[in-house]
Amino acid sequence: MHELSIIASLFEILLQKAGDAKALKITGVKLNVGKLSGVVPQALETAFEAYKKGTIAETARLEIEELPLKVLCQDCGLETFQDSYIFVCPGCRSTSLKIRQGTELSLEKIELEIE
Amino acid sequence: MSKKGVKQKELLVIEDILGSNKKIAAEIRAKLDARGILTINFMSSPGAGKTTLLEKIADRLKPGYRMAVIEGDIETERDAERIRAKGVPAWQITTGGACHLEAKMVAKILPELPARLDLLFIENVGNLVCPAGYELGERLRCVLLSTPEGEDKPKKYPKAFITSDCLILTKADLIPYLPYDQDKVKKEALELNPRLKIFVTSAVTGQGLDELADFFIARLDRPPHA
Repeated sequence: MHELSIIASLFEILLQKAGDAKALKITGVKLNVGKLSGVVPQALETAFEAYKKGTIAETARLEIEELPLKVLCQDCGLETFQDSYIFVCPGCRSTSLKIRQGTELSLEKIELEIE
Repeated sequence: MSKKGVKQKELLVIEDILGSNKKIAAEIRAKLDARGILTINFMSSPGAGKTTLLEKIADRLKPGYRMAVIEGDIETERDAERIRAKGVPAWQITTGGACHLEAKMVAKILPELPARLDLLFIENVGNLVCPAGYELGERLRCVLLSTPEGEDKPKKYPKAFITSDCLILTKADLIPYLPYDQDKVKKEALELNPRLKIFVTSAVTGQGLDELADFFIARLDRPPHA
């Protein structure tokens, strides 16, 4: 359960960006969370709700987009979604796969109120 | 309900939430590389045998190679004391509740490292989930899995196995006493990560320990000190 420390890191970025934009309020936050990020979206939501109290994001809505794991075969170029955690290309059986999506833990968008 | 003079604005950011940890980790890696120190991050559940394995490796690296250990735990100085008893410099980080080490915690220790050092081991907080998300500036990442934990763990905790370079199976001396399928654990771990180098070890019988120490020395690629 390291979601609270992730939310603390998120707030460092949020407050910095909101300060730069001279925002009065943060009203919405969108995150991308990959299947292989090691983070549970529901726990992130709980941590966000707890952390936002008393900040300019007090009324902010959190949106989380969960991204599936996508891999690219380095041998045949086939791109596939992975849900079995068997890193073998279904096209050519190669094990030389590169993760293209699914490790993200990123802030995509902030909605602000500015004067 | 837009108030007068107040505007809504959408800010597209696309920023890695753990970006600041990655940046600090990259700085640590660069500093340790420049000093020729091989840094190894040990991750596992509590009780898999990380500290015991480090004690055994210490015996095998002496006197030719100098090692130091950074210990991560939620509380107590116990692990660092065990390592110091082997004559190896050790620093204890107590996270006070956090379930993983972060790069900034390791960065604070760097100025205290001995001037002459070959290998730096970082023993992460016992946890198979959270440490996997935090780079610490290591060059090698090892995940340990002990026999009593069962062979089904790699698929349950995929990230630790996918992001590691080595899988060290510990407590192999217990295999005869437990329903445990070593081939299955190896197969599933390699399905997750075909590049994993697997070691089968026992701190009781000594199985695999020379091989593991030799592997670290080979990665260091340097003759022993006289």
